[in-house]
Amino acid sequence: MSDAAIFSLAGAEPAPRRRLRPTAGRLLLGLGLVMLTILVLITLLAPLVAPFDPSATSPQSLEGSSSQHWLGTDAIGRDVLSRIIVGGRTTLFITFTAVSLALLAGLVLGLLSGYVGGWVDEVIMRILDVIFAFPVFLLAIAVVAALGPTVPNLILTIAIVYTPAMSRVVRGPVLSVKKWDHVEAARSIGMSEWRIVTRHVLPMVVSPIVVATSLTLAQTIFTVTALSFLGLGPPPPDPNWGGMLADARQFMELAPLTVVGPAAAIVFATLTFIVLANGLREVLDVGSER
Amino acid sequence: MIMGASQTGDDSPLVEVRDLTVTFPARSRHPAFTALNGVTFDIARGETLGLVGQSGSGKTTTGRAVLQLQKISRGSVKLHGRELTAMRADELRRMRRHMQFVLQNPYSSLHPRMTIAQTLTEPLIVHQAVTPARYRERVAELLELVSMDPAIMDRYPHEFSGGQRQRIVIARALAVNPDFVVCDEPVSALDVRTQAQIVSLLHSLQEKLKLSYLFIAHDLAIVHEVCRKVAVMYRGEIVEKGSVSQVYDNPTHPYTQMLFDSAPVLDPSLQRQRLRMPPPEPATLAAGHPDSACAFGEIHAVSSTPAWHEVAPGHGVSCRYRPA
Amino acid sequence: MTASDPILSVRDLTARIVSRKQIVDAVKGVSFDIARGEAVGFVGESGCGKSVTARAIMRLAPEGTRVELGGSVHFDGQELLPMSEAAMRDVRGRRIAMVFQDPMTSLNPVITVGAQIDDILRRHTGLSGRAARARTVELLDQVGIPAPAQRADDYPHQFSGGMRQRVLIAIAISCDPDLLIADEPTTALDVTVQAQILRLLLRLREERGMSLMLITHDFGVVAGMVERVNVMYGGRIVEAASVDDIFRAPTHDYTRALLAAVPRLDRHGVAP
Repeated sequence: MSDAAIFSLAGAEPAPRRRLRPTAGRLLLGLGLVMLTILVLITLLAPLVAPFDPSATSPQSLEGSSSQHWLGTDAIGRDVLSRIIVGGRTTLFITFTAVSLALLAGLVLGLLSGYVGGWVDEVIMRILDVIFAFPVFLLAIAVVAALGPTVPNLILTIAIVYTPAMSRVVRGPVLSVKKWDHVEAARSIGMSEWRIVTRHVLPMVVSPIVVATSLTLAQTIFTVTALSFLGLGPPPPDPNWGGMLADARQFMELAPLTVVGPAAAIVFATLTFIVLANGLREVLDVGSER
Repeated sequence: MIMGASQTGDDSPLVEVRDLTVTFPARSRHPAFTALNGVTFDIARGETLGLVGQSGSGKTTTGRAVLQLQKISRGSVKLHGRELTAMRADELRRMRRHMQFVLQNPYSSLHPRMTIAQTLTEPLIVHQAVTPARYRERVAELLELVSMDPAIMDRYPHEFSGGQRQRIVIARALAVNPDFVVCDEPVSALDVRTQAQIVSLLHSLQEKLKLSYLFIAHDLAIVHEVCRKVAVMYRGEIVEKGSVSQVYDNPTHPYTQMLFDSAPVLDPSLQRQRLRMPPPEPATLAAGHPDSACAFGEIHAVSSTPAWHEVAPGHGVSCRYRPA
Repeated sequence: MTASDPILSVRDLTARIVSRKQIVDAVKGVSFDIARGEAVGFVGESGCGKSVTARAIMRLAPEGTRVELGGSVHFDGQELLPMSEAAMRDVRGRRIAMVFQDPMTSLNPVITVGAQIDDILRRHTGLSGRAARARTVELLDQVGIPAPAQRADDYPHQFSGGMRQRVLIAIAISCDPDLLIADEPTTALDVTVQAQILRLLLRLREERGMSLMLITHDFGVVAGMVERVNVMYGGRIVEAASVDDIFRAPTHDYTRALLAAVPRLDRHGVAP
């Protein structure tokens, strides 16, 4: 140690932290995947997992936790735990379908505007800018209120609302990747534009899209439950998390579990995708060079 | 095997470029810009033409325009006697198996997430050059052609050095047996010893496969080692053209002379003297006006001749960009 | 061979680069001197350790890595390796300055060139406001930028590669360093521009009596520029000699191979 020195460049980022990053990223990703597995398993197996019929009423209303009803019962005696488990189905179904649609639209529009460029880019981006200019939530309320609160309408609305953001996520990296030499090289060997896009451009932009999709899922869960909370969600009697919160709100002091239960479910699901997104971001090295 | 060979006969040049002009239209803040102006040259079968100039001189644009990777404003490019500039997209794509491109930067011209085998298979798939059952065999052949071990075919580009990657890029260009390869500064990103190896590889491939090259470089020394003919570009125009011995023994355009004066010599005392002389200043080269007498005493607006003068058979020089 | 009054004296320098993926012994015991006002060339191929050696003197590590140094770097009576980071910052830029290969990435794209130089002058020399700007214009003029007062208000992207390299050289000499380290300063440039930059470095060095450490892979670049050459290979100096000797009679096989590989204008190739 007498004449050895240890130093690092660009003081902003001390070396040891950098070296910890991949491990931390993998831990986050692992945690996210475990949470996702729990979420998906419970949702898929909901009818088998739920201890009671979520719509079956009973005279024991607004009961606290018991060995029978772990999270108690609601105002008309339905089992809260069963309703959370089954209600997750509706919320998550809307979320996944809507985000898938937004992703698909974002891929098509983002690739078109980024890769083709020119006036195509101008037109697409201007139209998306108009949608983008509205606050997501306000726009969603307006559209659902206009179309009526059915499940397909909710899905469509949320897909439209998140399409501009997804398009931008795709367009950005496409813009830089299309200037890379290997794209020019592919063109010079006579490859068709479709093949260039699918083989040389898309694979290079997958990582940021995966991360953005995960984050959008988290946001969407929140938007869906919030809309339902405002009464713009799927119609009763099928349970959903936002609706449950809205119903339980007035009995919050009498039966706190009827509020805490669905709230915890929303937080868990949202957190799942945020943790996943951050894990993916670290592991896929999105945001840094390559 | 060669399309169109019968139409042109064997002694006609493989590549004929006439009056190639590329103009970038004016954009909001930038005025219209002529990147190439009336570029004309031939490349015979099995021959190499060196294209030298500084960055921004239009040499890379020339390469891309010849390969139809750049939209041209005027002029003609013929390969095997067939006009490329008027071809339909699918026809042109098929034509691409005869003309290939080796780019400057071997780090960015390979897809980072594709194995060497996948990269080398792509042109085979695109042009249906061999049956799928023979892909790996052909990839192995190609790697041997550029003196690499076929065993590496399932590895990724980042595992290789710049020189090795450039060999892989060359192998990709040769996958479908082209006749003509545009090499855009293929060695300028490499160390000197690696440069020498790649240059000798290009030579041996030319001998073996009867290739024609358009070899683009910014430095006269490397062209001297690679080419027999050379064209010097300045501001989008060819200002001097001839055999390497003609141009190197008797550089006639002031810009060519400037390039020679700038090239370092491997003799410390001579180089010290050269560095003490006033630096070559490209700013002194004025375009000249067609209405006034040029350096050769001709008024081109009157004689309506191109601004081009033969100083020896096959050795021509432009009277543009030189003090009259 | 050893300089009588070395401003820089490096002994048994070792550098081990520790990154996320691997550990590399990039410099394996390098010793050399650079005298006051002397120019020394370091020639070798990528990965030979020449750039790491230069950065080790500046105590700079490549992005995302940590470098463990051993040996000694003695600069003008001070030992640099055990120095505190704060003290080292004072040496960097002020006493030892560096010019890098890529003039594109070394400048801040959103700040005018003049403001970037003003800033350095204010920090290192305590000049203020108008005085700093006057000095900036003077520096830009010294490195041969035409209309320096106007160009000072331009952004880096408005300069050509060669002009940008001149700006970097202006920044490097702004605090009158005793030693200028130029790491492949002309590799990204055209031959005509390369000739101009080499002339500029030669002139500045003579005017200011500054020492120069010129790092390159190209023997052509060092030929007229330096008094002595160190050839590096595999993290070691394999040959050290005066520039005239090394061109006339290289002794190491590697030096000979490097010299033979340089393309030359005066030797006819085998072109078809």
